[in-house]
Amino acid sequence: MELTRKLEILADAAKYDASCASSGAARKDSRDGKGIGSTGGMGICHSYTPDGRCVSLLKVLLTNACLYDCHYCINRRSSNVQRARFTPEEVVQLTLDFYKRNYIEGLFLSSGIVRSADFTMEQVIEVARQLREVHHFRGYIHLKTIPEASQALIDKAGRYADRISINIELPSQQSLDRLAPEKNLTNTMQAMHGIRQRIDENLEAKKTARQIVNRPRAKAPAFATSQSTQMIVGADDSSDALVLHRADELYRDCRLRRVYYSGFSPIPEPSVLLPIKPPPLVREHRLYQADWLLRFYGFDVGELLPKEDPNLDLDLDPKLAWALRNRADFPMDINRASQEMLWRIPGLGTVNVARILAARRWASLTLADLQRMRVNLKKVMPFIIAADHRPHIAQLENANLRQQFLPGPRQLELNFNAPPPTTPADATMVLSGQL
Amino acid sequence: MTTTAQIQPTFEAWRAKARELLRHGVAPENVDWVYASQTASLLAEQPAEYRTASNASVKVPADFLRLAANVCAHTDERRFAILYRLLHRLALGGEKHLLTMPSDRDMHQCIMWAKAVSRDIHKMHAFVRFRLVGVNEPNGREQFVAWFEPEYRITRLAAPFFEKRFASMDWSILTPDECASWDGHKLTFMPGMSRHDTPAADAHDDLWRTYYRSIFNPARLKVQAMQSEMPMKYWKNLPEAEIIHDLIASSDQRVRAMMATPERPVKPAPNNAYLNSLRNKPEQLTSPAPASPASAP
Repeated sequence: MELTRKLEILADAAKYDASCASSGAARKDSRDGKGIGSTGGMGICHSYTPDGRCVSLLKVLLTNACLYDCHYCINRRSSNVQRARFTPEEVVQLTLDFYKRNYIEGLFLSSGIVRSADFTMEQVIEVARQLREVHHFRGYIHLKTIPEASQALIDKAGRYADRISINIELPSQQSLDRLAPEKNLTNTMQAMHGIRQRIDENLEAKKTARQIVNRPRAKAPAFATSQSTQMIVGADDSSDALVLHRADELYRDCRLRRVYYSGFSPIPEPSVLLPIKPPPLVREHRLYQADWLLRFYGFDVGELLPKEDPNLDLDLDPKLAWALRNRADFPMDINRASQEMLWRIPGLGTVNVARILAARRWASLTLADLQRMRVNLKKVMPFIIAADHRPHIAQLENANLRQQFLPGPRQLELNFNAPPPTTPADATMVLSGQL
Repeated sequence: MTTTAQIQPTFEAWRAKARELLRHGVAPENVDWVYASQTASLLAEQPAEYRTASNASVKVPADFLRLAANVCAHTDERRFAILYRLLHRLALGGEKHLLTMPSDRDMHQCIMWAKAVSRDIHKMHAFVRFRLVGVNEPNGREQFVAWFEPEYRITRLAAPFFEKRFASMDWSILTPDECASWDGHKLTFMPGMSRHDTPAADAHDDLWRTYYRSIFNPARLKVQAMQSEMPMKYWKNLPEAEIIHDLIASSDQRVRAMMATPERPVKPAPNNAYLNSLRNKPEQLTSPAPASPASAP
């Protein structure tokens, strides 16, 4: 089979994996003139496809032949998709050629499971080994690992990769049993714990080395610096609470860098067990927002998703929804509130909170100051007190406050094809209330 | 008395001039900043006469210099004057905390400029596309050339990244303002060039487009999200951009075809030792999270 055709099949097979991060790797570069590439610092998105996703890594499968039968996956054994297989040398060459043209930041390699978990892992590792040892490639490498593979192989993968990941896919064993019968949640979590231990050990070793030698020379990392995973959303009937509790557990216990949420997307080879439907893009988006609140804003899952309502509000961002449920905590004085409290104000991100904390040491902040920081005033005003602003108590207590934040009403079918343009006169009418 | 500060539009030139003015305590409202290239309408620079005596040394935080380097790369004509006013306030005006006040008008303006510039640098790191033009015979190093059109004067600021990443290739990045070249030993800068001086395509562009086409998921079309990160002004120099239109146009039909595909029945598991071993494992606990020896206290 021609290389172009293989690339077509094996990139198509890999596109349902949402991860494309290339940040957070140990600093390395090729100024010694030996190899090629660099990592460290901010990841770079070298392109964007019309689905809005970034392209930073060459994301391919080594082969899309697979023994497993995961019904959300185009590569499952029951699918009639055409199968292909790269040789390790082909992937290595493709990675180097793309990298030198600055198309990509590195390689994200995964594979269908052939013969056995260990056999498959060995193939994947061979690509990474050639890149690192034969070609001295210092770009980013992300390897997907198989939880059932032996610990020795997972360790080996981690020595070549900047990131390794295992996809948890679904948040409960019941869902896996139905849709991915070969997958086992316990095995996955155990493997993640094992990887976490290696990452921790490596960090500890680096710290110790720094204490002994004053200025350690930049070395390739002895082990990957992070791990991530992916959960598919909308394929089973798991609630957002179940998804986020699982994610929270992974962040805490396995110290994952990222959990990716991938809205179950129609695939060309639908399974009889899992009829296809449009992807739940808004739900995916809300889950990412909630995920951010868990990791960077000090929220608990229970606060975002009270027991009586285990799914996120699709119309409002989760912080705003939380604030509307907890109006007694507001308004907050931006000139006095602690960092933790400021983080909870809808419309303020961590960056602006840091700016507010810095700026208020010198002056009492007004709305104009917030505007210059590009804060969305309309959103924050009901919730804050500033030097020149205090919201009406009635506003916070108003049952219609939620209405104010909802997305504008959609144009009705009546004028679907040719909505009349609004005129300045319309705007005046709306403001003054006079016809 | 107004002083005319005539400089090349670079950070280094501004810094040298600003230092000199500051040493003499020249107030920002008395300086008229002029680019060397705009001389036509102006008098040649006269050696400035300063009323105040030279004041030994002026110290500013390193953060300010980083900010200034980015601001100078912007193209807004007010940048040198506002930057000098900021410097004057910081160094002589007793407003040492200015750098932590993003709500200050001058700071806000400079931050906005610096941000625009650093975004442009980031986009240059992302969207430069090298083309293989040959091999340097004596040493066997591959030679690559790229054409790029940044929005601001950022070639010098963006070049070190390429040096670190592509140290083992010979490369040149040509832009309308300034060009950068790396030969394995030294980074050199030359005046700007025109687009016609760059090779039109690379043999790998086709393979790259194949990848781009295949990694796109037509079921999640989000054109605006793509454009906000990859604005159309960059498209003309991206080999993959020429198929964007077709990908968008055909996506609806592709999704319809998926929806219309008959559902595939489940195939039985093959007789594979590994698969059998998975199935024959003793009952697993449904509760996951085994106690981790490494979990934090």
